[in-house]
Amino acid sequence: MLKLENITKSFNGTTILNQLSVDVNDNSILSIVGPSGAGKTTLLRCIAGLDRPDSGKFILDGKEFDPADDSDTEQIIGVVFQDFNLFPHLTVMENVTLAPIMVLKQDKKSAQETAESLLKELSLESHAQQYPFELSGGQKQRVAIARALAMKPQILCYDEPTSALDPSLRDAVGKVILELKKTGITQIVVTHDPEFASNISDQILKVTPINK
Amino acid sequence: MLQYTSEILPSLLSGTVMTLKIFFWTLVASLPLGILVSLGRSSKFKPLSWILSFYIWVMRGTPLLLQLIFVFYGLPNMPFFHIVFERYDAALFAFILNYTAYFAEIFRGGFGAIDKGQYEGAKVLGLSYWQTIRKIVVPQVVKIVIPSIGNEVINLVKDSSLVYVIGLGDLLRAGNIASSRDVTLLPLVLVGIIYLLLTLICTWVLKVVEKHYSYYR
Ligand SMILES: Nc1ncnc2c1ncn2[C@@H]1O[C@H](COP(=O)(O)OP(=O)(O)OP(=O)(O)O)[C@@H](O)[C@H]1O
Ligand SMILES: [Mg+2]
Repeated sequence: MLKLENITKSFNGTTILNQLSVDVNDNSILSIVGPSGAGKTTLLRCIAGLDRPDSGKFILDGKEFDPADDSDTEQIIGVVFQDFNLFPHLTVMENVTLAPIMVLKQDKKSAQETAESLLKELSLESHAQQYPFELSGGQKQRVAIARALAMKPQILCYDEPTSALDPSLRDAVGKVILELKKTGITQIVVTHDPEFASNISDQILKVTPINK
Repeated sequence: MLQYTSEILPSLLSGTVMTLKIFFWTLVASLPLGILVSLGRSSKFKPLSWILSFYIWVMRGTPLLLQLIFVFYGLPNMPFFHIVFERYDAALFAFILNYTAYFAEIFRGGFGAIDKGQYEGAKVLGLSYWQTIRKIVVPQVVKIVIPSIGNEVINLVKDSSLVYVIGLGDLLRAGNIASSRDVTLLPLVLVGIIYLLLTLICTWVLKVVEKHYSYYR
């Protein structure tokens, strides 16, 4: 279980997150909803270790951990960014295998085998040798998911996974997220689409802007 | 005329070799150094960034000719420890210092053009700073800076003639010696043609490199 305890974060004296606590059960889907500017992305960035909260604790299975510490190779958190942040100079295959090879020290062949089966699950197998600029928005997003999954994270976070997609693709991501749930991974989804949230989640966290 | 050309050609060609040696070693050293200097300049460790900014400012704000003369004729006259360079070493030292500064400035623009999402994408995958720089950032920066680097490379072909001033036997010196000895213009024309050939080759190589990097957008 992932526990966030009293996460507080402010920017230049403005408090964005105030003493936020939430428990996320293993293998469940938590949606974080709320209006623009409420601090959803900020919370996700703290969980991903891209921003540091001013105070508060992250606890995984009873042990405190620091998401910003990347000294250990074991991946706890994976992230699918709102605009994907794929590496434009690398093929889909290279995007997915880079970190397993560089960070987990897998050999190229086994990294590629893992990647191939991930790409297949996400119906991307015919795009392995293409570059991100050749893909549609939905395909890029699935590459981003495959890239994160290749690191075998315990928790996968998404920032606004539906914002760059048209409605039919929205249901497709929802399906992917629900499929992934079957593999035992915990997922945290930031969205401002309450309908999408209620369709996929086990638990919904509403964040509201803090009035000074 | 053909006969005369073939008589002076060997000396011109050996001058060309000197020119190419300076050209080649300056590039080989200055390009990677330029990357390091531009990274150091944007370092959070302020003294390093100040020193490198100062260095770039001096190198770009004073003539290369002055820097050459300073290294070869000036440094041996330093008050306490006299630094004496061979002509060739002095030329390389000055050229590498100068071009590293120009390249660093170009790379700085290139690094600045990389979206911060690329660093964050790499960070959440667990890549270290140097892995990110090597595998993600530099390859993209190279594509961005090729046109500006290309201009500097062509400048370098021509700038290499400045070593004339410290008496190094490059292409220009070979031509000038033949021209004043034999009281004819032809060697200087030949020198011009050789420079043109060299810059043409550079332009062509750059086109090929640019094309190589057009595989992605
Ligand atoms: N790096 C930063 N520096 C200063 N203020 C910031 C920074 N990042 C976010 N903020 C502020 O924090 C607040 C919350 O931003 P955040 O991006 O978390 O909102 P959000 O809930 O994701 O909104 P949206 O639905 O529009 O994406 C905003 O008021 C924003 O201006
Ligand atoms: Mg947001």
